[in-house]
Amino acid sequence: MDLTKPYPTPTPETEPFWQGLRNERVLLQKCDDCGTWIFYPRSNCSNCLSTNLSWREVSGEGTLYTFTVTRQATAPHFVDEVPQLIAMIDLDEGVRLTSTLIADETTKISIGAKVIPEFDHINEEVTLLRYRLA
Amino acid sequence: MILEGRAAIVGYQEYPHIRKFSGKRKFTLGQWADLTRLSLEDAGLEARDVNGLVCTEIRETVSFTPATIVEYLGQPVNFAERVDLGGASPVGMVWRAAAAIELGLADVVVCALPGQPIPSNPNPGPVDPRRFFQSSSVNWGSPQAEFEIPYGNLAQNCGYAMIAQRYAAEYDYDPTAMAKLVVDQRRSSAVNPNAVFYEKPVTVDDVLNSRLIADPLRMLEIVMPVAGGAAVIVASEDVAKRCKHRPAWIKGFGEHLTMKTPTFAEDLVHSPVGPASAKAFEMAGVERGEIDACQIYDCYTITVLLTLEDAGFCGKGEGMEFIRTHDLSCFGDFPVNSGGGQLGMGQAAGSGGMTQVIEGARQIMGRAEKRQLSRCDSVYVSGTGGIMSEQAALILQGD
Repeated sequence: MDLTKPYPTPTPETEPFWQGLRNERVLLQKCDDCGTWIFYPRSNCSNCLSTNLSWREVSGEGTLYTFTVTRQATAPHFVDEVPQLIAMIDLDEGVRLTSTLIADETTKISIGAKVIPEFDHINEEVTLLRYRLA
Repeated sequence: MILEGRAAIVGYQEYPHIRKFSGKRKFTLGQWADLTRLSLEDAGLEARDVNGLVCTEIRETVSFTPATIVEYLGQPVNFAERVDLGGASPVGMVWRAAAAIELGLADVVVCALPGQPIPSNPNPGPVDPRRFFQSSSVNWGSPQAEFEIPYGNLAQNCGYAMIAQRYAAEYDYDPTAMAKLVVDQRRSSAVNPNAVFYEKPVTVDDVLNSRLIADPLRMLEIVMPVAGGAAVIVASEDVAKRCKHRPAWIKGFGEHLTMKTPTFAEDLVHSPVGPASAKAFEMAGVERGEIDACQIYDCYTITVLLTLEDAGFCGKGEGMEFIRTHDLSCFGDFPVNSGGGQLGMGQAAGSGGMTQVIEGARQIMGRAEKRQLSRCDSVYVSGTGGIMSEQAALILQGD
């Protein structure tokens, strides 16, 4: 059975975000009409549905909103990553995203902790945005 | 327009929940027909009385589901709907049936959810590894495919675990209280012959010593998959009068959806069941204190905790204390999931949430045998789909 890791396939709407990660930059959309920061990338503002959105570079830094440590893989594709440290990160701009924390098992992890981005270059096409405690 | 509350659950069928199904396998369509037959018989109605149906997905087709079922049953209908709300579907199906009846579209609506294995396909084809992503869509362009699945945030366990972890960071989180919730529900399933855990109570230590799955959730705080399946008949007042049982009138309902993936919840510890329940209570004109039994969707312990708080049975952050100070079993002062819930009965795939609906109707009808509450006139029922992302509530009452 093919258990290749399920890496993302960018779309015309999301390509700038993934291109940014390849260059170790975090890009977010911001609504030109209402000023809302938007994640994940999309065609219309998630607050006012405007189509006037532009890409802005941000630090990618944020705080840990919540996390879990999985003791069994969430899918067979992730068996080699158990225990998975799956996390939700609140970026300083106010948007939230899913990521994984890079930490060893002895590290004390607290919700609310400051976190910083780590660019995980999987291959030429894919870079994932992971996090470390600051 | 105001709901009259003149549609009722008048009959039901619930297949026994069993770990390993060894009976005769039927297609989903066949199970639909059989559940319809048995629940009509329970109500005292006949096949030709049916003129409405509400379904969810079936295995034999990806689209045109209601028409396919209508054709198989041989019963034309005036109202048909396919509901797609995951675990909230059963509650969503029942209120849609009631609304259609009140509007005069139909007067006998069957809502069925097959949950037994179908016959083995002699030409199965290769196993699609995408099936492991379960309810997370890996289709190109799906937000989950790009922003959740690559990080391993998929399926249910890790999402609910992250809700519990966030709750713990904001409020009192007491693993012993969560274990007690399981113990209380398992006391109820111990006297429910339809439950997978019939005559199998557990202790707090059993729960706390069960395997950790995703911090802080342990094995016994998570539903066990079983074979099952269930159906209810919703009927008009005129029909209800000639049925066999005390009707469970559908007096109020509400529904609220906020996201697909919990990452995009504005606040993970205030769940959509709050607004859904507020609407249901308001519509029914019923106070929390008038409720005799709660049937709360319980895929995980944390789901019950948040529902008790968000539906208003206790204050925010007071759920653990509430669980510590009440006996939630069918013998107790505040019955929650008097049949054992899904934690005690097992979860029969998509029909899981019907466990809660049927136990609510059963208690009002006075048919719960060893676990029958001495008084049960008003019941609160909740349904939860996704990862507390789509939720619905019902108020059922007896005359």
